[in-house]
Amino acid sequence: MKLTLRVWRQKNADADGAMSTYEVDGISPDMSFLEMLDVLNEQLILSGEDPVAFDHDCREGICGACSLVINGDAHGPERTTTCQLHMRSFKDGDTIDIEPWRASAFPVVKDLVVDRSAFDRIIQAGGYITAPTGAAPEAHATPVPKPDADFAFEHAECIGCGACVAACPNGAAMLFTSAKINHLNVLPQGAPERETRVLDMVAQMDEEGFGGCTLAGECATACPKGIPLMSITSMNKEWLRATRKAPKR
Amino acid sequence: MWGSTVGKKTVMAVSGLIMLLYLVVHMIGNLKIFFGAGEFNHYAHWLRTLGEPFLHYEWALWLVRIVLVIAVVAHAVSAYQLSRRDIKARPTKYVHSKPRASYATRTMRWGGIILGLFIVWHILDLTTGTVHSGFQPGHPYQNIVATFSTWYGNVIYIVAMLALGLHIRHGFWSAAQTLGVGSRARDRALKTVANVLAVLLTAGFIAVPVGVMTGVVS
Repeated sequence: MKLTLRVWRQKNADADGAMSTYEVDGISPDMSFLEMLDVLNEQLILSGEDPVAFDHDCREGICGACSLVINGDAHGPERTTTCQLHMRSFKDGDTIDIEPWRASAFPVVKDLVVDRSAFDRIIQAGGYITAPTGAAPEAHATPVPKPDADFAFEHAECIGCGACVAACPNGAAMLFTSAKINHLNVLPQGAPERETRVLDMVAQMDEEGFGGCTLAGECATACPKGIPLMSITSMNKEWLRATRKAPKR
Repeated sequence: MWGSTVGKKTVMAVSGLIMLLYLVVHMIGNLKIFFGAGEFNHYAHWLRTLGEPFLHYEWALWLVRIVLVIAVVAHAVSAYQLSRRDIKARPTKYVHSKPRASYATRTMRWGGIILGLFIVWHILDLTTGTVHSGFQPGHPYQNIVATFSTWYGNVIYIVAMLALGLHIRHGFWSAAQTLGVGSRARDRALKTVANVLAVLLTAGFIAVPVGVMTGVVS
């Protein structure tokens, strides 16, 4: 396959960026999208140019490191992560636009790499449980009803990639934050901080400069893990409950 | 409540539902125009004597007006502040962009502005009569017929009512999500109620200018 790539190039956080056009040839349809970028980078290095910087780690679709807005879609045209997107989703001769996540809370570090540490700070605000660490406890010690376990697991699938923020017309992090809150709030292990968790994490989300939710639904469409839009509804319910029931501190 | 984006959305949801409830009552009342000038003007007068003798003349009406003004202001201020925040949170557009979300969702902000301007014109036209030449206080039937006998009266009203339908279609369902009452099992029911409300209100309100235009009301 021969492709024309239009890639966002930006030297550093303060520099102005622009789209640059590159040609790549000999791309196999079985390559992943990131392998295709590896081919481009080898080509750039050989010609003495600066390779395109992009985030990646496991390349198995489970770590949440890869990003990229491909032809206007977060993680490209398939419902998966960029690393699990294959070149067979494109045609020979295609022009592909590759841009970084766009949100003021996710500033561009270089080229296609953005700083997602705002997500880490949302987790630090309450995305944990206070429990003794050590050996795994006996699995039956704390019974969890099956529907609750399923609900928790559905939300625990979030890998924190930030596609929801990238796709949202308001740059909102509601889907990420709601997945993390719902995952813990429904379980008995998360019960002691049920109210403070949702209040503190929503407050941190606002603090980071993410937008608000207008229920456009773009986040849930882009999510590679299929976190449902209703996750946000559940978080709103938890937030309203917490404003009534939170212990006074 | 006010300091959080989720809290401001709650304010928007509750104030929106108050206005929606009022609109249902308002629309049903408007339909009395099809029963003639006598019955319609009597209904309009009754609104002022509502609650007597416990309440004084027009007290009930003013109570409704005060609640509505609070709802409109709360809705508009939170919409403005949230929109400012949303635009700031996404300052750079994608080079490769495509039309996103449904038409009703994308037109919430502009639709809201159109509705706000419409409310101002509507009050100046049919409540105070400021922009209404030959306004007859106490004769709403005659005033309504006069307004809808002008081309611009019809255009402004019908455009605003179409915007209202779109606004309710997305707004009602969104309010349910914001208040946390939405769920997978209820989603279809909520969307159906939103669409039915949108169609009934738009059709019910537009029936009045159409009635005047076709000569059914004169």
